[in-house]
Amino acid sequence: MRNFMGSVNVRQILLPIGQMAIFITGAGAVCSGVMLVLALLFRGSGADHILQATQGVGILTYTLNSLPQVLIDGVTIGFVYAAIALGYTMVYGILQFINFAHSEIFAIGAFCGVESLIALNGLGALAKASAMGSFMYLGLALIIGMAAAGGMAVLVERVAYRPLRSSPTLIALISAIGVSFALQDVIRLAESMTSGQFYRVIPTFGNFDEHITLFQIGSTVIDIQVKSVVVILAAVIMLVALNYLVGSTKVGKAIRAVSQDKHTAALMGINVNAMISLTFLVGGSLGGAAGVLYALKFTRIDPFVGFMPGIKAFAAAVLGGIGNLTGALLGGMVLGMIESFAGAYLGTYTMGTFGAEYKDMVAFLILILVIVFRPNGLLGEQISQKA
Amino acid sequence: MSLLELKDVHAYYGNIHALMGVSLAVEEGEIVALIGANGAGKTTTLRSISGLLHPRSGSVTLEGKEIHHLAPHIVHHQGLGLVPEGRGIFANLTVTENLEMGAYILDDKKQIQDNLENAFTLFPRLKERAQQKGGTLSGGEQQMLATARGLMSNPKILLMDEPSMGLAPVLVDQIFEIIKELNARGTTILLVEQNALMALSIAHRGYVLQTGQIVLTDTGENLKANDMVRKAYLGA
Repeated sequence: MRNFMGSVNVRQILLPIGQMAIFITGAGAVCSGVMLVLALLFRGSGADHILQATQGVGILTYTLNSLPQVLIDGVTIGFVYAAIALGYTMVYGILQFINFAHSEIFAIGAFCGVESLIALNGLGALAKASAMGSFMYLGLALIIGMAAAGGMAVLVERVAYRPLRSSPTLIALISAIGVSFALQDVIRLAESMTSGQFYRVIPTFGNFDEHITLFQIGSTVIDIQVKSVVVILAAVIMLVALNYLVGSTKVGKAIRAVSQDKHTAALMGINVNAMISLTFLVGGSLGGAAGVLYALKFTRIDPFVGFMPGIKAFAAAVLGGIGNLTGALLGGMVLGMIESFAGAYLGTYTMGTFGAEYKDMVAFLILILVIVFRPNGLLGEQISQKA
Repeated sequence: MSLLELKDVHAYYGNIHALMGVSLAVEEGEIVALIGANGAGKTTTLRSISGLLHPRSGSVTLEGKEIHHLAPHIVHHQGLGLVPEGRGIFANLTVTENLEMGAYILDDKKQIQDNLENAFTLFPRLKERAQQKGGTLSGGEQQMLATARGLMSNPKILLMDEPSMGLAPVLVDQIFEIIKELNARGTTILLVEQNALMALSIAHRGYVLQTGQIVLTDTGENLKANDMVRKAYLGA
């Protein structure tokens, strides 16, 4: 106990890293396995013949060759979904309602981060930056995006949710949907008044677009973009920090106490409103950081950029078991992986009937299947009911 | 000056007049029992003291300081410990974490550590279960945990809401023994109970609450012998 209160608890840092490794490996292995079985089944099919004709390789070779790249993409997007999903799940854990405005909190983070980089670029700072300098500028953009998104999340809670605290959660849910639309228009308004453009593109700087070769099989080079490494590293650091905050610190325990029983928590001297605000701050900052990382990965953002990743992260949170932090991590990984696989292979295997654009459908199909067959989510059993 | 004093407290739930001028006092070192039937206003009285409900008129003072207008987490800072009705165990927090939450307002880690050790000395059972989740404990263990948690902040007075509720008779005896023991060690206790016989047996003084009003007050012994109390609450 003494060392628990005094120094850093190493277990609390290693545990989430281990969980992430297991989730990634598990999701990757299952998806790869399914894909290989499919590849074997599709040998000699029309899809196989087309590949033979156009690329000179059979469907099995084609699948095997592209697999590592698909896995890397899956991990990258999985971390982005996990970081957003944590915002949904934290708010659900403490207030038992879905903060549908979280997707716009994400968008605000993305916009503030990208705008600050555009401003820095205008000053000529990015062009002159060294490799180290460009990482620092990106770090700055991340911090600005996190601060803006976290601050906005706290404000939204204060203005739109707290007055409804004693109302049925459905009322707060409607308020959240209203806030979501309002924030989209706030972004549009702000952009039309300042830049006059709704589409913003993150400036190209540093070596983020370069590829690092991981290994080579025959003529196939498996590489990873520097920005994917940045996305993964930043996400891992944030997720570990969050896990430590919630698991091992006094405020983290207080947040958990509030999420289980607000009255009793108040009777223990815990300021319930402060803990709820803190939850929104942390969840919002994570969403904002995810927004900046998303912009870095996909380069172009618009005021509606939050909708798709937001609703997919929501699906991920439900998939993992909403209200459960580990579940959000797992759900994000699984969804990111499945989506990456769907995007890569759906077109080839269906001979173009379903193109890569149908990968979005997969996320929602999963959401529906989970709600029907396992409403508590993959890790839902671990959410025990209130005592 | 009494340690805790309620003067003519009127409390409402919406339009329902739940407390109609409740006055009572607890002196330092006492066990005071507040007894009454279901719906008499026992829990409402505790809620008015702890800040979960703000009385519309009247006053609640702790060591002479008015506390009835304060939010519950602020009231707790004034030195009021509470063992809530239904125990209010944080089911997903471990036993140790539950106890740490009881000491939330303390900053001195040494003090928290000492209090934790005291709690484990007082309830060895909790020490065995230290790393178990609160929700996995039995009813009796949860009551022990709630009691220990209420004491973690070194309160000037401990308010206990129905500690015997839902417990097997042998556990009820045990809990009341613990309450006596705590009092012998110097803890002032305001005990709200439906189990009037047990409560009056260990209390120095008692108050009888009926439809939001105090109808009778005397020493525990005298109340136990009182005809009206015997008929209404002791089944004699």
